[in-house]
Amino acid sequence: MAEIDTGDTAWMLAATGLVLMMTPALGLFYAGLVRAKNPLNTFMMCIAAIAVATVTWATIGYSLAFDGTGDLVGGLNYAFLNDVTLEPRTIIGGTDPQTIPHLLFMAFQATFCIITVALISGAVVERMRFSAFLVFAALWSVVVYAVMAHWAFGGGWLFERGTLDFAGGVPVEMASGFSALAAALVVGARKDYGRQALLPHNSVYVLVGAGLLWFGWFGFNGGSGIGANSAGVLAFVNTLLCPAATLLVWFVLDAIRGRKVTAVGAATAIIVGCVLITPAGGYISPGWALALGAVGALPSWAIVAYRPRTRVDETLDVLAAHGIAGFTGILAIGLVAQVGWNGISDGAFYGNSDQLLDQVVAAAAAPAYAFAMTFALLKIIGLVMPLRATEAEEAQGRDVIYHGEEAYPTGEGAILVEPVDKAELVAAGKAR
Amino acid sequence: MKLVIGIVRPEKANDVLEALYRAEVRGVTMTHVQGHGGELDRVETYRGTTVQVGLSDKVRFEIAVTEDFLQPAIDAIRTGARTGEVGDGKIFVVPLERAVRIRTDESDETAVTPVGA
Repeated sequence: MAEIDTGDTAWMLAATGLVLMMTPALGLFYAGLVRAKNPLNTFMMCIAAIAVATVTWATIGYSLAFDGTGDLVGGLNYAFLNDVTLEPRTIIGGTDPQTIPHLLFMAFQATFCIITVALISGAVVERMRFSAFLVFAALWSVVVYAVMAHWAFGGGWLFERGTLDFAGGVPVEMASGFSALAAALVVGARKDYGRQALLPHNSVYVLVGAGLLWFGWFGFNGGSGIGANSAGVLAFVNTLLCPAATLLVWFVLDAIRGRKVTAVGAATAIIVGCVLITPAGGYISPGWALALGAVGALPSWAIVAYRPRTRVDETLDVLAAHGIAGFTGILAIGLVAQVGWNGISDGAFYGNSDQLLDQVVAAAAAPAYAFAMTFALLKIIGLVMPLRATEAEEAQGRDVIYHGEEAYPTGEGAILVEPVDKAELVAAGKAR
Repeated sequence: MKLVIGIVRPEKANDVLEALYRAEVRGVTMTHVQGHGGELDRVETYRGTTVQVGLSDKVRFEIAVTEDFLQPAIDAIRTGARTGEVGDGKIFVVPLERAVRIRTDESDETAVTPVGA
């Protein structure tokens, strides 16, 4: 058994905190993109992901992802965190032994599960029922996330065949992006979609959220070396370089299309750039990270521009920003990975086309599984409970309907009542 | 010459505008207002503070029309704003004594007839 390294442990503690912060940051990003009657509900979907996915991860998800070397799914030995101790984890396969407590590794991976669940909410904001989302989040975190995390990280079939995925192109980015597409199709479009302009109500939130996400992403990618090591440093620096290149290219694309460089576009570019480098961070050179950021901007930008012309109300473009960029990043590893930088494998540009094949397999399997499972999961939940708010609820706004609060209350016309009076008021037919 | 005042749900404002446009009623002013009709109060809770909110957000349209356009304007607001639930709003019609178009000093019926109509 390996020794615990205090330096590695210290960095991983910090990185875990950074990644957890990404979920409220995403909440802020999403809240700014919706209309002023829905920001609390939108933010609360992300907060709910922390609540739900943490519990499912600790009880069963972690075990299914990281126990054993089953091809498709792990075992149940770590269920309820059984045997997840302060000793390092026993590593499966040929990778270096871990030098951090197993419990910390579990917590670090938990934060990935949380944000992935939260990401999908972007496809269904402003109309999915809050309770239905809670049920979906619980099931999805186990049936889709834990399974795909096992494939890519935990010793499953992609891991075994040698697919490289540094920080979650498969279980985080492609899983959330293509699940988002399925969710948007099953839940359906907002009632005013395509009829009225549905505009972001606060673009400053969007930029602040994107900035905080980028900050958190240094823990996400920089921590995925599972220590203060060279892979982590490479990924950390690439997380600075790649999104910067994406931003510049996005500026140019925006300027060509609309003659203006847009702020919401810039926030989107930050996300796309971070996603592009997520799978590839610890495997490609800093120069290639810049190139990936620049070239990888194109497909995501094209989807962002095209999607609103369709009937598919994939509201906050999770597919473009995460699914497509994750897909691009996974393939990029197969082309430009360099053993001189990662110590594991070269890509096709450096004479190893087998690596490209391994990446293509992942880029085909991950979207297919995520899309199909999410589609089926939501159809099943839809048999038990309504997935959507009623039209009247959707019209009034979900902050008041589901949470009994407003994002921007003025206090005008608000009469102070004793909390105990609420039941009486309702009983007397004076309130609801 | 009448002033039509329509107070409607904010989420139906776009439908009203669309209906007015189809009825060829031009020249509209809208403001965001808060009001209380017959609808039930909603209860909001912020930590330990519970409040009963009696005022709802509404949108108020003001449209000055000639007699020919009075009924089309009323119909447009009525159809655009209706959901069938309590809180759909009201339409008030009041006589209009004078109107002046500032740019040209035209007055009354000419002033409330849109340019080009």
